[in-house]
Formats: sequence, structure tokens, C-alpha cells
Amino acid sequence: MGFFEGLLFLLWTVFKIALIIVPLILSVAYLTYAERKVIGAIQVRKGPNRVGFFGLLQPFADVLKLLTKEVLVPTNSHRFLFMIAPILSLGAAFAAWAVIPFSDTAILADVNAGLLYVLALTSLGVYGVIIAGWASNSKYAFLGAMRSAAQIVAYEIAMGFALVGVLMVSGSLNLGDIVDAQRGNIFHWFWLPLFPLFIVYFISGVAETNRAPFDVAEGESEIVAGFHVDYSGMAFALFFLAEYANMIMIAALAVIMFLGGWLSPVPFLPDGMGWFFAKTAFMLFFFLWFRATFPRYRYDQIMRLGWKVFIPVTIVWITVEAVAILLEIAPWFDIRAVGAA
Amino acid sequence: MDFKLLVFWVFSLVLVGAAVGVITTRNPVQAALFLVLAFVNSAVIWMLMEAEFLAITLVLVYVGAVMVLFLFVVMMLDINLAPLREGFHKYLVVGGGIVAAIVFQMIFLIRVKWTGDDKFPQPVPKPAEYSNTEELGMAMYTDYLFQFEVAAVILLVAIVAAIALTMRRRPLTKYQRPAEQVLVQKEDRLRVVEVNSQDNQDIGSISNAATKASAAAKANAANHSDNGDNNPPIDGATEGVKP
Repeated sequence: MGFFEGLLFLLWTVFKIALIIVPLILSVAYLTYAERKVIGAIQVRKGPNRVGFFGLLQPFADVLKLLTKEVLVPTNSHRFLFMIAPILSLGAAFAAWAVIPFSDTAILADVNAGLLYVLALTSLGVYGVIIAGWASNSKYAFLGAMRSAAQIVAYEIAMGFALVGVLMVSGSLNLGDIVDAQRGNIFHWFWLPLFPLFIVYFISGVAETNRAPFDVAEGESEIVAGFHVDYSGMAFALFFLAEYANMIMIAALAVIMFLGGWLSPVPFLPDGMGWFFAKTAFMLFFFLWFRATFPRYRYDQIMRLGWKVFIPVTIVWITVEAVAILLEIAPWFDIRAVGAA
Repeated sequence: MDFKLLVFWVFSLVLVGAAVGVITTRNPVQAALFLVLAFVNSAVIWMLMEAEFLAITLVLVYVGAVMVLFLFVVMMLDINLAPLREGFHKYLVVGGGIVAAIVFQMIFLIRVKWTGDDKFPQPVPKPAEYSNTEELGMAMYTDYLFQFEVAAVILLVAIVAAIALTMRRRPLTKYQRPAEQVLVQKEDRLRVVEVNSQDNQDIGSISNAATKASAAAKANAANHSDNGDNNPPIDGATEGVKP
């Protein structure tokens, strides 16, 4: 590839990235709106209903407000790291979208090791939190960062093991192939043969994104707002954007790996991108539901759940799966044969 | 110039810069972050060499887990750098000798191997569907299974040793036992007490409440017992005292 062809390729890729990022940012905006409406409904309130019809312009009003606010940098903070931390967490949250297959053709980078790439990128998100907590030079921010680091490292293992189960039955690390291995109706999707792993994966995902009930990194009643206590204006908005982009990411991955991605649940309806978005929205609803329902976990309980419950559950289920594949028992072995073909 | 080559130069320059940063910066947290930068850049260079699996694993394991724990520790340490700098000149000779040996070895190796293109031909790029994850897995779990298992056992021993070294029993610490907690029945924790109004009067006189308040409490408690409510009367009494 010559230099100019390379440059052209680069520009074309940048255009495709914009095609993913812009709708993603819009979905984040309306996810915050949906969150306030859903939690409002659960708590018998109305939620935002003043800006635009039914409060539909509320996210834009929020963004405008944050844009016009001053970004304060605390005097004794590490200036460079303080400014780069929100960008780091946003960068990691966006970069993982490169390998997500929206349909069998709509994918930015169809790489073989897609699953590993996603795992690697989601594990990078913690740097934004740690660096923000340390650079702020504040006790509360630092406590939040430490909590978040320990929590993410703990739940990453359970999450990784859950994904090992997925690649055992699908026989591939390519996200598109994983979806293809689930071809059939709703009962061919991986949520059924891998049910414990599905549950472990999704709850670990909620913990990884620091969402309620695992939001001790923010813990506004104990450590004010945790790692982003010193951030204001756009810098704060970037953290917010990263958190919600990560939520959508976890939901989308759950859909790809356990709920058949773009595949239709019933044979008489055609497959398509619409299914992918509908299922992702369905999974996202759980994030909002959890937040409105559960009180915050105590820190030692979070650690216990991650290390002593989820990791043993995943190890047991991987063993069960391995034995089933070895003995060629129906659901697990069947799926593998389809995936390899 | 080849686009790939440009990418290589950019990332390798940043890699060398970051590596220099690790040893020159005075702040240990900054040093750890420079190391993270070095890891990410070397991962990209591996990616250019089509070693995707190793590249992603480097980011996943070293950047995503090891360095996070490293930062975790470094941020909490309060290192006094002055004593660490003592004896710099004493170690300079030894350190210089080691560096010279490494540089000599590397030059020797490169000179012997890469004296000409014919001796070290450029590798042919593999087709797109070639997966080196699969190749690595095949090699590790078939040809080198024994070595792999030995490595796994050594790691397991290391894990057990690390836990054994750091675990200490503290008899005074109170632990929760969730397994027992979930087995608790209503009868184990809750006691329903039948109390008649005679006892209630005694409680009222014990408390320091003003007479009016205790009278209200009595009335309150009496109401409760009239309704057949099983609330212990002490609740009624405290409720009356509060205002």
C-alpha cells in the first residue's frame, strides 16, 4: 500500500468511525433521558417534562449547560494528568466499538481476535478513573479511584471467564462468527446453554461500568462523588459520556454473545440490524431498573461476590461445558459444530 | 515511504521516549504511567508484525491488570527518594558494565543475523483469514502440552505461596458468614411478646418522660393492645417521649 492510498484508506476509515460515534453520542444523550424517565416512572414521578415535548430536548439543554461551565483545575493537582484522564476513559469506551458487528455486513473492523480486543479495551477504561482520582490530589477522589481499581480488576476475571465459555461453544474469537454460531430461533441463542455465564457476565458488566448497585467508586453519600469530585463542565461531561458509552457497550456485547446479535428470534421474521438495537435497548433497560431497585452494595460484599461467587460459578460451568463438548452432548456440541463450519 | 513504515517509526519513537521516561522521571506514578505507554506502543508494533494475539494479550494482561495493580500500590506508597539515590556512583560502574554487555550482545546478534537481506528475508504476509490465535493454541496444547502444564503448575504454586505469605489470621476481626446468614429463620431473630397493660405502667414510670408524655404513651400503647397489635409497649412509650 502506497502512502497516498494509505492516507485515503485512513480518511475513509475516519468517516466510518464518525458513522458509529455520532449515533453513539446521540444514544448516550437519549439514554440519560430514558434513565430519568424510567426511574421517574418507577418512583411514580414524571421525570424531565419541561424542555421540548415530553422533555425530549432535556439532554441537549444539559449538554449546553455543561459546555458553558468553566473547567476548573484544582491548584495542587497534576495538571496534565488531570486533563487527560477524562479523554482516556472516553477513548477506551469509544475504541471498543470498532469490532462490534451491527449486522452481518455492518462492521468497522472484522478482526479475528475481536473478543480479545474488546476485553483488552474495556480493561483500559479503568485508567481514566485511576488517573483522575490520583491527579485531583483529593482524598475523596483518591478513595474512589482505589475502590474502582480493585473492583474492576476483580470483576474483569469473572467476565473474562464468562467469555471463555462463549468461545468454547462458538469455536471462534470473531464476534460475527459468534453470532453466526447462534443461528436458529431464540432457543439456539447462547443464553440458554450458557445461562449461568450470561448472568455472571451481565452482573460483572454492571460492576465494570461502576453502575448502581456497584457504584462505590462514586458513592455520593460517603465520598461525595468519588473520582470525579473535582471535575466540572465539559471534563465532567466526558466522564459521563464514557460511563454511558460503556453501558451501551456491555449491553451490546451481551446481545452479541448471548442473545444472537442481529438474528431474529423467530424463523418467520427476517434478521437485521433492528433486532440488534432492540435487544441492546432491552438489556440497557436492566441497567436503569437495577439502579432504581437495589441499594448500594457494601464494599466487602462486592469483593465477596466477585471473587467467591462469580469466579467459582464460571469455573464450574466451563468445566461442565468442556465435559459436554468432549462427550458430544447435544446443545453444547451442536453449537460448536455449526460455529466451526 | 510506506505507510506501515511511517506507523512503525512513530510508534517506536514514542516507545523509546516512554522507556526513557520510565527511568528518568522522579515521580513513581508518572514512571508507572510511562511504562503503560511503553507497553501500549510495543503492542502496536507487535500488531504491525501480525502478532495480533500477543499484542492484544500484552494490552489485556500487562496494561489492563498488572499495571493497574502496580499503580494501585505505587499511588499508596510514600517513597522517600533521597536514600534511594545514595551510592549512585558506587552502582554506576556495575550498571554501566551490565548495559555495555547487553548492548554488545544485541549488536553481535543483529550483525550476525541481519548482514544481508538474503540471510534474513522479509516474511510473506499471511492471508486475512489466517488466525495466529489458533496456531498458538494448537502449538501450545499439542506439541508443547507438557511444558505448558509445567508452567501452569509453577504458576499455581506461586499463587498459593503468595496467598500463604500474605494471609494472617486476626482473631479479633469479626467476619460475616453469608452462608449462615441466609439460613436464618424468622423464629431465630424475632420474639413476639405478649404484655398486659400492668407491665406497661411500670415502663412508663421508669422512663424520665414528663407525665403528659407518658400518659400519651400509655394511651398509645393501650390503643395498640386494644387493636390486638403485637407491638411491644416499649415502642409506644418511646414514641410518646420523642416530642
